[in-house]
Amino acid sequence: MNLLSSYRSRTMPPAVQFTEVSRTFGEVKAVDQVSIDILDGEFFSMLGPSGSGKTTCLRLIAGFEQPSSGSIRIHGSEAAGLPPYLRDVNTVFQDYALFPHMNVRDNVAYGLKVKGVAKAERYARADEALAMVALDGYATRKPAQLSGGQRQRVALARALVNRPRVLLLDEPLGALDLKLREQMQGELKKLQRKLRITFIFVTHDQTEALSMSDRVAVFNRGRIEQVDTPRNLYMQPATTFVAEFVGTSNVLRGAIAEQLSGSAQPFSIRPEHIRLDGQPGPHEVQVAGVLRDVQYQGSATRLEIVLDSGQLLAVSQANDQWLAQPQPWQPGQRVLAHWPRAAMTSLKETPA
Amino acid sequence: MSVAVATTGTPLRRLGNLLYRRPNLYLLMLLIPPLLWFGAIYLGSLLNLLWQGFYTFDDFSMTVTPELTLVNFAALFNPANFDIILRTLSMAVAVSLASAALAFPIAWYMARYTTGRTKAFFYIAVMMPMWASYIVKTYAWTLLLAKGGVAQWFVQRLHLEGLLQLLLDIPGVGGSTLSTSHLGRFLVFVYIWLPFMILPIQASLERLPPSLLQASADLGAKPRQTFMQVVLPLAVPGIAAGSIFTFSLTLGDFIVPQLVGPPGYFIGSMVYAQQGAIGNMPMAAAFTLVPIVLIAVYLSIVKRLGAFDAL
Amino acid sequence: MHSDRASWGLRLAAWGGLVFLHFPILIILLYAFNTEDAAFSFPPKGLTWKWFSVALARPDVLQAITLSLQVACLATLIALILGTLAAAALYRRSFFGKQAISLMLILPIALPGIITGIALLSAFKRLGVEPGLFTIVVGHATFCVVIVYNNVIARLRRTSQSLIEASMDLGADGWQTFLYIILPNLGSALLAGGMLAFALSFDEIIVTTFTAGNERTLPIWLLNQLSRPRDVPVTNVVAMLVMLVTMLPILGAYYLTRGGESVAGSGK
Repeated sequence: MNLLSSYRSRTMPPAVQFTEVSRTFGEVKAVDQVSIDILDGEFFSMLGPSGSGKTTCLRLIAGFEQPSSGSIRIHGSEAAGLPPYLRDVNTVFQDYALFPHMNVRDNVAYGLKVKGVAKAERYARADEALAMVALDGYATRKPAQLSGGQRQRVALARALVNRPRVLLLDEPLGALDLKLREQMQGELKKLQRKLRITFIFVTHDQTEALSMSDRVAVFNRGRIEQVDTPRNLYMQPATTFVAEFVGTSNVLRGAIAEQLSGSAQPFSIRPEHIRLDGQPGPHEVQVAGVLRDVQYQGSATRLEIVLDSGQLLAVSQANDQWLAQPQPWQPGQRVLAHWPRAAMTSLKETPA
Repeated sequence: MSVAVATTGTPLRRLGNLLYRRPNLYLLMLLIPPLLWFGAIYLGSLLNLLWQGFYTFDDFSMTVTPELTLVNFAALFNPANFDIILRTLSMAVAVSLASAALAFPIAWYMARYTTGRTKAFFYIAVMMPMWASYIVKTYAWTLLLAKGGVAQWFVQRLHLEGLLQLLLDIPGVGGSTLSTSHLGRFLVFVYIWLPFMILPIQASLERLPPSLLQASADLGAKPRQTFMQVVLPLAVPGIAAGSIFTFSLTLGDFIVPQLVGPPGYFIGSMVYAQQGAIGNMPMAAAFTLVPIVLIAVYLSIVKRLGAFDAL
Repeated sequence: MHSDRASWGLRLAAWGGLVFLHFPILIILLYAFNTEDAAFSFPPKGLTWKWFSVALARPDVLQAITLSLQVACLATLIALILGTLAAAALYRRSFFGKQAISLMLILPIALPGIITGIALLSAFKRLGVEPGLFTIVVGHATFCVVIVYNNVIARLRRTSQSLIEASMDLGADGWQTFLYIILPNLGSALLAGGMLAFALSFDEIIVTTFTAGNERTLPIWLLNQLSRPRDVPVTNVVAMLVMLVTMLPILGAYYLTRGGESVAGSGK
């Protein structure tokens, strides 16, 4: 957390504050004792596998669900018991949820209509919102006549027309193809900087979360494993779950962990931090094994090593030499893997 | 703060807020009108009817007194009444079997060999006779089967008088003419309930992916084997669902037996006669228990065949 | 997908089945125009429109038509209200007694009509209610509810829950959401359910036999005619009209609910 945000967090109430919030469905604890502060103006992501509780947390903020226990405060005031239509937050839905019987303009103007804004004004504001997402000229089309990316923009314009202080996004890019998704990621980030409102973004795609967010909360089984900046999350994962879910990592446990790090605690070493060429430096950890598999992936080559102790080690070597010599790696070859001691992060074991 | 916000606005919005926060109250408000209608009017009437089955009917004075008795229910097992039950039941079973046999090829053809407009055409072509007026369809059959009517004309043209006479001479199936025979009544029943059998079978066959048939053929099954081993077992829920209609509708009918076929009561016509001409409401009430029990037994059987998932 | 051709036997059985289903209906259409007045003989000697004017000049026919229309309209209205309420209550949440309630809704068409009819009759007798328009409507509405209920609940299940959430998220309360989102999405399902309920009520005879008293709906008028051969041409014309009134709403309902998937879906 940088200085500015820690200063703001002390003076202003958080945009959204969870205090020991739980939500149970029968026997299932969808959200289990979650506490977070989401700061005003922050791009905050909730990342986790499906069923980890991230979407339920979003729905708790929107008001579609009510907490079983705990307190949710939105801009300082208690939100528990408040229906969605009395909350100053708006949502971009995963399936966009565009009203099929209304055209694009009426969809966007809907939030103003139900608030009693006069027709001329609400249409003007709807067109303004459509211009913001580069959809001017589409106002009279029906949602069924739009492409997936266009629907996504309409959903965004519709949620923003009410000028909410918090925008909730429930895996909004999930249905788009890769190119479009990457383009939308950039646009969303730009939009958030321009509007300076809080974005809370739910995703199961760790690349998406890392590339867009100021901070990311990693969810697992209804609990939060770690809340941190993308860089810290990647470089210093707190738990074995985070290390394995965010990016690819080698998590070593037990005897081999003790042998390499001197501590019985599990640790994580990223594949790209391991070297196979050159000589290990004096303060480097080293371990020998046999190459089992070599995959050329373009910008990098991925290698799999069976250590003498039996564990597998994934290694990634950047192909950053222009016209480098033919691949030196052959399966079956003996190699010495080494890495700086500082590249290892010791982890808390996530109970299985 | 939340309370302050939630209690402002028009009374309508306040009620909306209240209902939002009390989903059970909202549910109750939705349910009260249908529950009142069905609970008070429908279930109340049914229970009242069953209760009347215990009342006493005096044969000499032709009056009903509210003295409770089991005589009416015991009378169901009289040989004469038992005959009526058996006659109705066997007709219901025969109609269900014949409907399934007739419906299957149509349903199979619809599901497997029609697409787009042809499928829509078939669908409507089955729906229209299904919904067309019951009494008019029955009437049409009295015209068809009447002496000098359409059926006779066709039989004469095709020189099938001998065959028809042979059929009409079979005891338990035939009768003196087509319109007063069991066969005629059976035909009318099959005709009227056939669409109720086609649609559930078609729906269950529609869900059967073509790749399943290709897989079966690919694994070496001949078309006949594929049909017996793959198609038929997967169509059973649909057939069972359709048979609920054919069985229960035949069991309770009293108009077709009155208009077509030989004399002799069906369960429905017995109930009708008991309450109407004879005025013995307790016996009529006791008799209604028969189709209820038979249908309950039947439902519990076809439920195991997956009929409820195919409805 | 269906590249292979059906065998001759199967095609014959399928198309033959359709002919079987439609032949009696065609006979009714044909006989309505029969010139003879003792019209069982086939083929008809000639065709005429004259029985239509004869039938429509008969006061008993007109009375029966009026009564049937009144009953069908009132029963449909009640069924629309009760069926929609029940569908709204049952489509999403599960609660104790839900199964029992849906079973109860289906019961009036699952049990033979004679049971519903005689049960209502004995209840009306016990309460001292005179049979007439009111009692007929009560009976019809009871078995029409499930028709509307089925249509509406199917549409509600297809309507994405997130549409309702989106509406509330954008600031609409329950009433506004109902008015602007749910009702427009239900519109054609309600119309279709209403048309089917209307057709069902217009044609119903078994329950009506018990609840009508001395009143005569069109089907009861027809049934009575069957024992009176002297009126055959008029009967034929009325039979054809009843046939059309009950068949045509099906076409309408079919076109209203067809392709509903893409209309009521979530915009995918």
